[in-house]
Amino acid sequence: MIGVNRKGEVWVFAEQHNRQLEDTPIELLGKARGLADTLGVKLAAALLGDNVKELTNKLIHYGADKVYLVEHPLLQFYQATSFAKVMTGLIGKYKPQIVLYGATVTGRDLAPRIASAIKAGLTADCTDLQIGDHTTAADKKLHKNLLFQIRPAFGGNIIATIINPERWPQMATVREGVMPMPEPDVKRRGEVIIEKTELTQQDLPLEILQEHKQPKKVNLKAARIIIAGGAGVGSKENFKLIWDLANCLGAAPAASRAAVDLGFIDRDHQVGQTGTTVRPSLYIAVGISGAIQHQAGMTQSKKIIAINNDPNAPIFNVAHYKIIGDLNKVVPMMIKAIKEKGIKT
Amino acid sequence: MGYNCVVLIKQVPDTKRITGEVMNDDGTVRRSALAAIFNPEDLNSLELALQIKDQFGGHITVITMGLPAAGVILRDSLFRGVDDAILITDARCAGSDTLATSYILSCAVRKTAYDIVLCGRQAIDGDTAQVGPQLAEKLGIPQITYVEQLTELNAKTITVRRNIGNGWQQVRTKLPVLLTVTSETNESRFAAARKMMKYKNAMTPIEAERVVRGQMSGVGGQGSGVSETQIKKLVDKKCNELEERGLLIKQWDLDSIGADLSWCGLSGSPTKVHRIQSVVLTDKESKTIEPTTNGVSDMIHELMEDKIIA
Repeated sequence: MIGVNRKGEVWVFAEQHNRQLEDTPIELLGKARGLADTLGVKLAAALLGDNVKELTNKLIHYGADKVYLVEHPLLQFYQATSFAKVMTGLIGKYKPQIVLYGATVTGRDLAPRIASAIKAGLTADCTDLQIGDHTTAADKKLHKNLLFQIRPAFGGNIIATIINPERWPQMATVREGVMPMPEPDVKRRGEVIIEKTELTQQDLPLEILQEHKQPKKVNLKAARIIIAGGAGVGSKENFKLIWDLANCLGAAPAASRAAVDLGFIDRDHQVGQTGTTVRPSLYIAVGISGAIQHQAGMTQSKKIIAINNDPNAPIFNVAHYKIIGDLNKVVPMMIKAIKEKGIKT
Repeated sequence: MGYNCVVLIKQVPDTKRITGEVMNDDGTVRRSALAAIFNPEDLNSLELALQIKDQFGGHITVITMGLPAAGVILRDSLFRGVDDAILITDARCAGSDTLATSYILSCAVRKTAYDIVLCGRQAIDGDTAQVGPQLAEKLGIPQITYVEQLTELNAKTITVRRNIGNGWQQVRTKLPVLLTVTSETNESRFAAARKMMKYKNAMTPIEAERVVRGQMSGVGGQGSGVSETQIKKLVDKKCNELEERGLLIKQWDLDSIGADLSWCGLSGSPTKVHRIQSVVLTDKESKTIEPTTNGVSDMIHELMEDKIIA
């Protein structure tokens, strides 16, 4: 750990694959800009890879004041030990006070490895980040301007605010879509700091023999209207109701984790804390009870309609329109009403 | 051939089963009322270890850091086919975050022989998925997370298929290695009746002590005149008997695993809780729509007026 460093910068790990930046680090830059401004320090991105210098401009346009760039042929493909070694070196040298990572497959593989190596604190899957003060109960010591790392826990039944008063940097991971995508400013200028690294094959114990990527079946983040089905839909066959309603509105079909786990639809369609976070103009929740982890993924929707035959379903607490009834009757009614009004998609 | 597998497991409150019975009047969850269960993804990592043993032979040790009640999941593991079960229990573990927990577990794992260390991806109470990678770092071994399938295993290397979100990777590395396993990897097997018969009386020393004390208070009531020294003798006797029958579950504390106390418990945890807010479900301004043709039609009309629907 590096200890408290008030002049430390705020950093975002700029995850990239095949020389393309992931969305999450860009979303994080948007949020981190505000954190850095509140703290009165600079915002930087840490970019590791091989031949990735062209990405520095994008990072600066999205708000970074600086980019720490580490290029090496052995950094072309991600693995935990090599990337952790480089990041640990950078953190030790420059002593940032905050380091943020996307809670992607890579981020969740990398961040804890770094936290363990530098013995610093790490909080996973934060849904919000703020700056605040904390007084330790035991010795009444005041710690000012800490990073409040806010996340649901205990199966989503509590919201915990976690802090790391002394074992800095304060590190956190945040899932994709939780922070909104910022607007780029192509006139922004920043500094690129080139760092060298000594890496050998010893630092890469994993051999990646094969990799197969499938593009996502649906782009929920871009959808203006989303129809989501939950366990209440009952079966994969009955999920046709969701598809039909989605088709007549030109909407994207989606699902709660329960529906995905039950095999009603592919995981690519999952909305929620462990799925995708969405903010469409209209979100229709069909047969979804509305557990906190699901709510975390959709409460930023402009208008929410909830259909459920359980009047106590938590989803009704966040719905603008509550329909307590049988989805097998209500959804066909909606489809009929939409077609009658001649809504074209 | 045979491989030494060490599986880290955790007893967790059943956070997925929040019913009215465990709710307080103010809408918050009464945590102490939740049933304690075997962390679901640890059952999947245990299953992978058992499949490795089925196919290649070897030895499986399960280790848990927990309260004395965690003896239940250690017994459950014996019922499913592990060879050795170890409880790390110590009041000084209390308040450990993932860093302190992974440190404590690393001290224990180092006392065993291991080729493959297995963890569930995450526990359903903390939900962090951090202990696995942190433990691997402390042991100085490579980690492969989100393991979906074991492809190949030989004396030198292991090859697995790994889920990378929107696809998969085939990854190979030398042993020893740490793997994290998800609920999608396999279906965990049921306890075997014969093993249940064999191990149903397996217990930790602290469970043995509770049994002995329970018997004492049954005999003469409180203050029955049985001294602490006598109780200790009886507990030792019981533990020796259990050990002879292969039914004594090992129990370690922080001293026996050589842990540096400054890295354990609250003092060893960089992260602290500033505040917990219970999620209290309150009413929000909203419209109730009748589940009728007219009700639905009016709602659609309103959405069109507001230009939510084109």
